[in-house]
Amino acid sequence: MPEQIMSEVLDNRRVGEYHVLSLTAPGIAETARPGHFVTLAMGGEESSMVLRRAFAIHQIASRGVYGGTLDIAVSVQGRGTTWLAARRRHDVVSLVGPLGKPFSLPKQGVSCVLVGGGYGSAPLFLLAQELRERGCRVDMVIGASTEAALFGVLELKRLASSLTITTDDGSAGVKGRVTDVLEQTIDRAGADVVYACGPMPMLAEVARISTKRRVYSQCAVEEAMACGIGVCMTCVLPVVGDDGVTRMVRSCVDGPVFRGDRVRWQDIGTVPSDAFGAPETEVVT
Amino acid sequence: MSRALISTGGGRRGEASRGSTVDMSTDLAGIALPSPLLTASGCAAAGKELDAFMDITQIGAVVTKSIMLKPRAGRATPRMSETPSGMLNSIGLQGPGIESFIENDLAWLAQRGARTIVSIAGESVDEYSRLASKLRNVGGFEAIEVNISCPNVADRGQVFACRSESAAQVIQAVRRNSDSRTPIFAKLSPDVTDIVEIADSVIRAGATGVSLINTLLGMVIDTRTLRPALAGVTGGLSGPAVRPVAVRCVWQVRQAFPDVPIIGMGGIRSGQDALEFLLAGANAVSVGTAVFNDPSAPLRIHQELAELLAERGFARAADVISYAHRPEETTPVRSAEDDGGVEDWDFISE
Repeated sequence: MPEQIMSEVLDNRRVGEYHVLSLTAPGIAETARPGHFVTLAMGGEESSMVLRRAFAIHQIASRGVYGGTLDIAVSVQGRGTTWLAARRRHDVVSLVGPLGKPFSLPKQGVSCVLVGGGYGSAPLFLLAQELRERGCRVDMVIGASTEAALFGVLELKRLASSLTITTDDGSAGVKGRVTDVLEQTIDRAGADVVYACGPMPMLAEVARISTKRRVYSQCAVEEAMACGIGVCMTCVLPVVGDDGVTRMVRSCVDGPVFRGDRVRWQDIGTVPSDAFGAPETEVVT
Repeated sequence: MSRALISTGGGRRGEASRGSTVDMSTDLAGIALPSPLLTASGCAAAGKELDAFMDITQIGAVVTKSIMLKPRAGRATPRMSETPSGMLNSIGLQGPGIESFIENDLAWLAQRGARTIVSIAGESVDEYSRLASKLRNVGGFEAIEVNISCPNVADRGQVFACRSESAAQVIQAVRRNSDSRTPIFAKLSPDVTDIVEIADSVIRAGATGVSLINTLLGMVIDTRTLRPALAGVTGGLSGPAVRPVAVRCVWQVRQAFPDVPIIGMGGIRSGQDALEFLLAGANAVSVGTAVFNDPSAPLRIHQELAELLAERGFARAADVISYAHRPEETTPVRSAEDDGGVEDWDFISE
């Protein structure tokens, strides 16, 4: 059950191009699972920014007097995230979470490859820890445009059996994209499951490669959301259900984690003509 | 420099009990509601998701997302863009269709003990008739809100609510196919020259009351992609940015129709905003976009409104409805300047 609380900022630190905020989250941190996200209101009560921003839960901890706390990674992109990155210790923010459907975890110790694009690696920390505790082998691939846009290289090295880094400009690791090295990583690790978080084109390619290699994949999508709780219907994408029917489903409550082979990646941004409830004939206006 | 005559006290924490003496019960077209606070259609789905954040049986009623005859996938994404103090949306009435709505959503709301106002939308007069008949057969709701003003349909800008004749035809059809005791609210668009004229036509056609206002048609262009921000190109503008337009519409319709039930909505996010709508003449208010930011907003606003009413000496919420329309007081109000005092000399620095 999600909670809506006033949360205190405990810490705000720079990590590469990003900010990591630690927030008090009693009642949220305790029930959070890898892949869950939270939303934060921007700019205070009278803010002209009326929509919350969504952030994957990066870490959770229990810190004595504060109870449960959680960390989020913030990439400064617009007015909202600029405001959020300027929060300091003891500032108070409105926090809702945990939200969404988390990653499904294997019942036994299988081999897992975790793929993160940009700060999409943030939610993979919790996931890697959880998988390790279940006796899973964890191999990681993280990539970004440049070295500064990579998130969490040092810590991930400790969490994973192997860590492969890619950058578009070759400033760190292999020059290229995560998907250029994914197939060989799957082979080397003898992977049973691929988990991924990052931009849509990356997820589409991760899903395609995984399916081609007959590996089960789970992708955490990043769709623009207005509410994050399932009432506004803005964050939909075409996903094939168990019954074979494509529906426009909400990434906030039906996701953000989806089976890679179920999302119709090439049709994102459209309503496929065979989707449930799609117009029977194209309306020409 | 001048002293405020009336303090506009905001919601003060720790004084929550102040408003508990105010009678917040509301009569909306004969329906007894425990609160004038409702959800707004399209911003609360069918109540279930919000029930995790607030007890939906404590607010006046849940106004459900406009339901159509058949399942509908809606428009392509992006469907949303944040704007200054508001947002633009182009959802395109995505929904499961009336059969599934009745079987699942309406049944859940009834079992939960919530009061429900069902919003319906159609592409033709006949579709509205069929929606009304289906609802009449099942019951289990308090009223119907007829969405004749959603800007996100195929015939953009040419919504039923833009013309008196088409607006009246839809309302007549719904009235004819509904139980005569079911209140019918026509939800109107502010994108018209004279909203009073449209209100007049729907009331003559059998509407019990009106819901004011739906979103305003707007547009955002993304200056990075150099294209419209929404896949649907245009969308409906909502949020605090539209509030003065909504208050004006409620005011004008209330002036023309002193006794017609009005549900007011448009950018309400605080008790003070809700109070403004009641003063303008709304009998109840819907909270829409604010729910996206604060999922328990309707209940919070209920409490804030109760406190504001108590501070102003109102014992009943019903007494403040249309209060801003009262004749000018004949006794002259003492101006701030008469008080003298040091404030007048603040501009002289020493």
